[in-house]
Amino acid sequence: MGNILECHNVTKRYGEKTALDYLSLSVESGRITGLLGPNGSGKTTLIKIISGILCANEGEVLAGGNKIGIESKKIVSYLPERPYFSPGMKVSETIKFFSDFYEDFSEDAAVDMLNTLNISPDAKIRTLSKGNREKVQLILVMSRKARLYLLDEPMGGVDPAARDFILKTILANYNEEAGVIISTHLISDVEKVLDDVIFLKNGKMVLHKSVDVLRSEKGKSIDALFREVFAC
Amino acid sequence: MEWKFNNEAPIYQQIMEQIKAMIATGVLKAGDKLPSVRELAVSAGVNPNTMQKALSELERDGLLCSKRTSGRFVSDNQENADILQEAMMMECVKAFIENMAKLGYSVKDCIRIIEKYEKDTKDTSEEQKA
Repeated sequence: MGNILECHNVTKRYGEKTALDYLSLSVESGRITGLLGPNGSGKTTLIKIISGILCANEGEVLAGGNKIGIESKKIVSYLPERPYFSPGMKVSETIKFFSDFYEDFSEDAAVDMLNTLNISPDAKIRTLSKGNREKVQLILVMSRKARLYLLDEPMGGVDPAARDFILKTILANYNEEAGVIISTHLISDVEKVLDDVIFLKNGKMVLHKSVDVLRSEKGKSIDALFREVFAC
Repeated sequence: MEWKFNNEAPIYQQIMEQIKAMIATGVLKAGDKLPSVRELAVSAGVNPNTMQKALSELERDGLLCSKRTSGRFVSDNQENADILQEAMMMECVKAFIENMAKLGYSVKDCIRIIEKYEKDTKDTSEEQKA
């Protein structure tokens, strides 16, 4: 189906520290890819470069064939590590905000999902629990008909039932021609939904393979494999 | 439908096994219509591509068939359920015999043990009734 994302020799340095080290990878449309690696391996840096929040020092990134900029941002839906709405905003205002920003945003889809969670549109972000704040943010991001979803730790710090809700929301809403990249430490929770995994280590890719192939080759879960590859 | 997955085998193979078991035990009957790939994927909490792959393989095996516009169905072939049931039965027997062999019992011992087991459980259930 073609590559929705291509990275060529992407390098990012923070002063002395190299966060991404001539990283090259590509992600196909229609597949869900897990971006896995220990803390400080470069996952968030990579996602921020693709979403246009950070600039690479070297290399090229193409999202849907576009260089990172206005055109790429139209087709990339990004879920940051932490929800970013101001605590004083109402849920309904965050929906208006997204609908104003993105042509591909479906207000109906967002409202439907909020209803199933019994989150009132009049509630202020401040009054929501941490889990519900993350869910609201995810609902907004998944209500876009994007071609590439970048989800940075979508389940960080929520309970197991909420994790299931989040995974089901991702599965039920992503468009089948779109690519999805999920970065996470909670591998055992996500491995059922992944097509492929990418392991990052010190800003370099050490593995990029299909989950099915890995499981039949190694006879173990991705979680177990991760523990082996990144054993301290 | 209840889905359970272990950590070792590829997920699509586990889905195939579970759908086969549903056909063998009559949870899914010949001619039943299956939900859409997306619905099945969400209910199992798996990737739609994985579900698609499992269903395509089952189609290739002739256990499912898809009709262009109306969706995917359990094949009309009534023999399928019997064949699957027998295959699952043989696997249970094989696993049992192998486990018993590890414990040092022969097939003959097994038959004796099963007969004794059946008699004992019958006795206790009759005692309970009385």
